[in-house]
Amino acid sequence: MTEHISVLLIIIPLLAAPLMVIINSPKFSWLVSLGVTLVCTYLAYILMTDIQRGSEVHYAMGGWAPPWGIAYLIDPLNGLVTFIVSLIALSTIIFARKSVEREIDSHVIPLFYAAFLLCFLGLVGICLTGDIFNMFVFLEISSLSSYALIGMGKNRRALTASFHYLILGTLGATFFLLGIGMLLAATGTLNMQDLSMLLPAVENRPLLHTAFALIVVGLALKAAVFPLHLWLPNAYTYAPSTVSIFLSATSTKVALYALIRCLYDVFSFNYMLDSWLPQALLLVGTVAVIYGSWLAIGQSEVKKMLAYSSVAQIGYIVIGIGLLSDAGLRASLVHIFNHALMKGMLFMVAGILVYRLNSTRYQSISGMGKRMPITFGALIIGALSLIGVPGTVGFISKWNLAQAALAQQQWIVVVALLVGSLMAVIYCWKLIEILYFQPATKSRISKVEQGGDSVARMPVGMIVALWSMALLCIYFGFNTELTLQGAQLAVDALFATREVLP
Amino acid sequence: MMTFVAGHISYWLIICLMMVGLYTLMSCSNLLKKIAGLSVFQTGAILFYVSLGKVEGGTIPIVAEGYSIYSNPLPQVLMLTAIVVGVATTALGFALIVRIREAYSSIEEDEITTMDHKDD
Repeated sequence: MTEHISVLLIIIPLLAAPLMVIINSPKFSWLVSLGVTLVCTYLAYILMTDIQRGSEVHYAMGGWAPPWGIAYLIDPLNGLVTFIVSLIALSTIIFARKSVEREIDSHVIPLFYAAFLLCFLGLVGICLTGDIFNMFVFLEISSLSSYALIGMGKNRRALTASFHYLILGTLGATFFLLGIGMLLAATGTLNMQDLSMLLPAVENRPLLHTAFALIVVGLALKAAVFPLHLWLPNAYTYAPSTVSIFLSATSTKVALYALIRCLYDVFSFNYMLDSWLPQALLLVGTVAVIYGSWLAIGQSEVKKMLAYSSVAQIGYIVIGIGLLSDAGLRASLVHIFNHALMKGMLFMVAGILVYRLNSTRYQSISGMGKRMPITFGALIIGALSLIGVPGTVGFISKWNLAQAALAQQQWIVVVALLVGSLMAVIYCWKLIEILYFQPATKSRISKVEQGGDSVARMPVGMIVALWSMALLCIYFGFNTELTLQGAQLAVDALFATREVLP
Repeated sequence: MMTFVAGHISYWLIICLMMVGLYTLMSCSNLLKKIAGLSVFQTGAILFYVSLGKVEGGTIPIVAEGYSIYSNPLPQVLMLTAIVVGVATTALGFALIVRIREAYSSIEEDEITTMDHKDD
């Protein structure tokens, strides 16, 4: 049964998406999305626990055995990432209903949910597939649907943001495609396991180096690694709230997963050791942390601040990858999970602001802290987590990352971690000060239908989604076994394949 | 040296094609031209794959008497998928341009940027 789960995770959303377009009813499509993401989360959970108990899942598409056919190979690493993606998709959909009704025209709502499910399916596909060309196809499925989703934003800048993302994303994907082509030319196979066996024996080193460079740059563009992050801030800021939540929490993470998979699995560990890449990743990650936090401080709009903070947080993950150690990679994976939780939650707060106050600008939300205690209570938990205060998930990943950096005596990285955290204190405090310690200026509220005094009532779905994420943020801050163990298993699986190689 | 250049002539042409696409993409401020450049760039990648599969003196990959050498069909099959992706990207890009023109009544990037700055 478990082996079929891996393919069901793709097939269920794939079938549901056109169904919603045909039935064309807003309410029905929300219910279907809820059902699909619920089932997928459950399946992903079974898959993940099953893998962690030691079973291996291979699924040969259409019965064609690898390396000829497309194989789905699940190990603890992609089991974990698939679960993260499904969990975030589920909570986003729970959150989405009222927010989407407010922000999207009612006749395109079914299309919105269809594109959402396609994006979800693409991201899950990237995680599950064991075939590198198939990975490219899923990457494009998720990217194309996210361009469409971002373009649905109310502000006209959503269109230009989506267009820029389309141009840069397609460039990245084409680089990745060229890299795959060179790997195919060098080895004649596309199966990732097969590639990792054959690559060390390849004679034509320049070809291999070119392929490596193209794949790294292509995926780094998709993952918004500094300095290739230019598409990210506008895309997250002007996208509909639901889309910001989902994309910020998953799409860059999945691209980073693809990067980890290509670096550690396809190209072997030893190949990386000889290249300039680890140093470059450390440098880029360090700069990203400082630069992203610096720009986040200067923003006066919640969503844009969160977007720049994402650039910084991606920097932490990249540092972990660049440390080239067991502990560093584990910290990266934990941070992928933790950052998905907290950034998803913070963008939910931004979504609630759009829903209730119709604005996310600092000047129009000043003094609202006391009037919206439920929302901003969660925001404070998220902010503490971004800073890395003990007792929240942010602390766990930063602590692990700092330990990994100390173990390798990368002092600059350690300093950057500390400075990044301090800067996070500044940008979070700036927001909290405006919310709690400034007089409530007459906020420019318009188009709020309900609620006598300017603040519309909060839908139940939003509260449930927001606070379940907030509680998870705290829960995983105390109970680290689940996340750290999952990450450790994933790292072990990655390094185990290395030992097979000569 | 000459044989190296002449023997890889298709790759040189593909590199030229991709550079033309990339340059158009970066230098033109007109959004339509940007998408055109992107398409040219993608076409370069597609041609790259197809020329990978070519075997000198080989026929198209068919099973028939008298033909023993044939091109590798795998890259061509892969490119069918990549062409579909490319078409979808171009279509989505055009759709966005139509919406951008409705919203800004311009498809020149510099004009759009000035309008955005005015909004701030």
